[in-house]
Amino acid sequence: MNYKMIFWVASRALRLEAVLLLVPLVIALAYQDGMTAAFLESIAVLLIGSSLFSWIKVKDQTIYAKDGFMTVALAWILISFFGALPFWFSGTFPSFIDCLFEAVSGFTTTGASILPTVEQLPPSILFWRCFIHWIGGMGVLVFMLSMVSLAEGRSIHLIRAEMTGPDVGKIVPKMKNTAKILYAIYLGMTVVEISLLVVGGMPLFDSVVHAMSTAGTGGFSMKNLSIGSYGDNYYLITVIGIFMMLFAMNFNLYYFLLVGQWKQIWKNEELRWFLLIIGFATVCITVDVAGLFPGWQEALAHSYFQVCSIISSTGFSTTDYNQWPTFAKTVLFLLMIIGACGGSTGGGIKVSRFIILMKKTAVEIMRLIHPRVVNVIKLNGKPVERETIHGVNTFFTCYMLLIFVGVFFISLNGFDFETNLSAVIACLGNVGPGFGVVGPMGSFAEFSGASKLLLSFYMLLGRLEIFPILLLVLPMFYRKK
Amino acid sequence: MNIVIIGGGKLGYTLTQQLAQEDHNIVVIDNKPEALAKFTNALDIISLQGNAVSVDVLREAGIATADLVIAVTSGDETNIICCLLARKLGAQYTVARIRNPEYSNSLYFIKDDLGLSLSVNPELEAATAMSRLIRFPSAMKIDFFAKGRVEIVEFKVNKDSRLIDMPLYELPKIYGVKLLVCAVQRGNEVFIPGGDFTLAEGDKVSITGSPQEIASFFQQIGILKKTIKTAMLIGGGKIGYYLAKLLLGSGIKVKIIEMDRERCLSLSESLPKAIIIHGDGSDQDILMEEGIDEVDAFVALTNFDEENVIMSMFAVSRQVDKVITKVNRQSFNDVLENIGLDSMISPRLVSANKIVRYVRALQNSWGSSVEAMTKIVNQQVEALEFRIREDCAFLGVPLKDIPLKPHVLIARILRGSQLIIPNGNDILCQGDNVIVITKESGFLEINDILNESYF
Repeated sequence: MNYKMIFWVASRALRLEAVLLLVPLVIALAYQDGMTAAFLESIAVLLIGSSLFSWIKVKDQTIYAKDGFMTVALAWILISFFGALPFWFSGTFPSFIDCLFEAVSGFTTTGASILPTVEQLPPSILFWRCFIHWIGGMGVLVFMLSMVSLAEGRSIHLIRAEMTGPDVGKIVPKMKNTAKILYAIYLGMTVVEISLLVVGGMPLFDSVVHAMSTAGTGGFSMKNLSIGSYGDNYYLITVIGIFMMLFAMNFNLYYFLLVGQWKQIWKNEELRWFLLIIGFATVCITVDVAGLFPGWQEALAHSYFQVCSIISSTGFSTTDYNQWPTFAKTVLFLLMIIGACGGSTGGGIKVSRFIILMKKTAVEIMRLIHPRVVNVIKLNGKPVERETIHGVNTFFTCYMLLIFVGVFFISLNGFDFETNLSAVIACLGNVGPGFGVVGPMGSFAEFSGASKLLLSFYMLLGRLEIFPILLLVLPMFYRKK
Repeated sequence: MNIVIIGGGKLGYTLTQQLAQEDHNIVVIDNKPEALAKFTNALDIISLQGNAVSVDVLREAGIATADLVIAVTSGDETNIICCLLARKLGAQYTVARIRNPEYSNSLYFIKDDLGLSLSVNPELEAATAMSRLIRFPSAMKIDFFAKGRVEIVEFKVNKDSRLIDMPLYELPKIYGVKLLVCAVQRGNEVFIPGGDFTLAEGDKVSITGSPQEIASFFQQIGILKKTIKTAMLIGGGKIGYYLAKLLLGSGIKVKIIEMDRERCLSLSESLPKAIIIHGDGSDQDILMEEGIDEVDAFVALTNFDEENVIMSMFAVSRQVDKVITKVNRQSFNDVLENIGLDSMISPRLVSANKIVRYVRALQNSWGSSVEAMTKIVNQQVEALEFRIREDCAFLGVPLKDIPLKPHVLIARILRGSQLIIPNGNDILCQGDNVIVITKESGFLEINDILNESYF
């Protein structure tokens, strides 16, 4: 294992975080909210922390798959840890575990909070919460790779570990250009959303914060009532709803759109299924909750918003869906497990994995009837590699096992079953709010310290799609052969 | 440049590896996902799984905006079709690996329709590289340009050389050879000499000509003291055949040891001058019996790297002057060099190098009507290749009457498959390619080589 390279990249990521902290520092200065010191101290600690590694001279930049996993896992853990410092120095959080939970929840774009109310927080801290959503959504190392070339052509291992979906690939031959294009699309869409929100009457600061939260499919809001605090402004609800859906789609599609390769978009099975699921779920919920709203249009708008919010793993809410009928809640719960599309900023198991699993299952059932049948599984018109199928199977199994283990330990907190199960799935799927105590109007504040650490760990597992973090803690990863 | 490489085999990988280091945007197409995994894991390129003969796959690879398409699949026909399709879809230049000599011989005939800028035959390239190693002592520097078709040999004029104070126009008369002096390096200065240039002691002279003429010239002026006169080749495959032909052409006696009887018969038919031995070259007795102690050069060409290495070690231990080993894998070169095997030729690497050189030449000439540009003689002299079109100002004019700028030389004319070393009476025809050697840089089209007063 190329430890020098791993620590070197991780230290660069920390240095990048120090630079990123300048943004909320500017906000703190502009709003004079008294947080200047907190951010300056965090930057200082980060610079000291990263300079501990700066003596490393990397001679050999070669990395393999395992080094890629290790680098990404380590970088994310360190970044989350240091990202918690502004919260801690601000003095607005009860304990350091809470700060850590909040920072992990931010970077992994989960949006689960340990704060029952947030409006009392200073603007710069509110900004930092959503800014880390934005950075974590597309990825810290992707951001780094868009500026520097790393690992001499082997940087694909870093991207594979950090980006979501069963089959991560480049869109143009050069990694640096791929990362640049992805971030350019990401930034462009965020700016469009900000302008649309401002047009709809949301204050500029609120628009920036909510747009960043949407873009990363995070879910932190600066209001206690989330998007619901803007009242029944159906323009805002629709705009945010649509953008949550857009950020949950594969970003490669936007590149195809830009270069005019319509055929690629048309061929994309995952997109079709994703839209179909959203449509079906929206209709189901609208019918179920129609009685709770003055008219079916309102019911439709809120249902669509909530469906997009959950399937994209954002976790915004316009209304307390915890009060909705069981059928509507169950549909939302299922969406939570399915998750967004691969190659997006969203979480969950991912639609493409489900498609592959379903096709594989169909083939296996067919094999019972025709034992010698030969069948190629195709996705988006192309054969899926055997390794990818195996990877998806393993991923699904690990995901289920993690849910079992998680529910087992979280149950010790003594909450009801709905709360326990949805808390674990919401953290692992990076959704944020679940049902019951952790519902849209609740928080994770009541959980024990150990449970908060476990759930933070789950959020990292979910964001990096299990394997990098899992391998980091497994002893066989280090064993010398 | 945007480069599409078709075929993810050994050559494709070596090639991609080298080109990826030079900041090109590379797309690799292969129909085996396993082959592509190696590419995407180790190189900063994008890979595409699919059959490159399909227009859809080529379109997806961005063929329309590709500057160069390199087809190196195992099938000649596939490569030719890929190049044809690529041209039709808008690719600028194409390169193909074409193994079958019958195809490559007739290629120049359809070169323009095919838009094929370069064709590479790995076995022939390897044989050419080996023959160069045998023909020239390692002390002499050899440089190539114009897609490897023209070689330039540099030698130093010694103290008691007969060449001192001799005007260049007398060279052919005295030695009876057709040679062209391309450049003379005196101290730090480089001259592109005219006919009345005289050589001095210490000059480094770069000459070009056919291999036989160069060899005979070197023998006459006494630079080649110990020439290689006999060579023993183990293995009579494609490389063996090409190499034997090249060596026989420059007057070296060749003995081929080949295991397969049928192959021996066909070799003896096609190479009547060579001695063909039917036997196992890895058998020490046979090597001794056939006189490994008497040969000047030993070339191990079997299909097994291990056998080649062992045989070469044996040849080194028998004090053969020049031992050349063919290897397919490149992995353990350092180790082998330590035990005295310093001339290792891998057909794949030689071909990849040739293509990479061509890509560089192409990049140098980007945006002008120069077909290719290579820097030679310590990067101080440019060798440019031009195509003669109808706008050339001196079509049909004998070369001696063309008023060239100083330090400009027409080194070769390529007419069809013929390479002409020009003299003053030769003329240029439309469709020729010419190689111009110059000290100045910045020539963009063929008429730039003329003195202004001509117009």
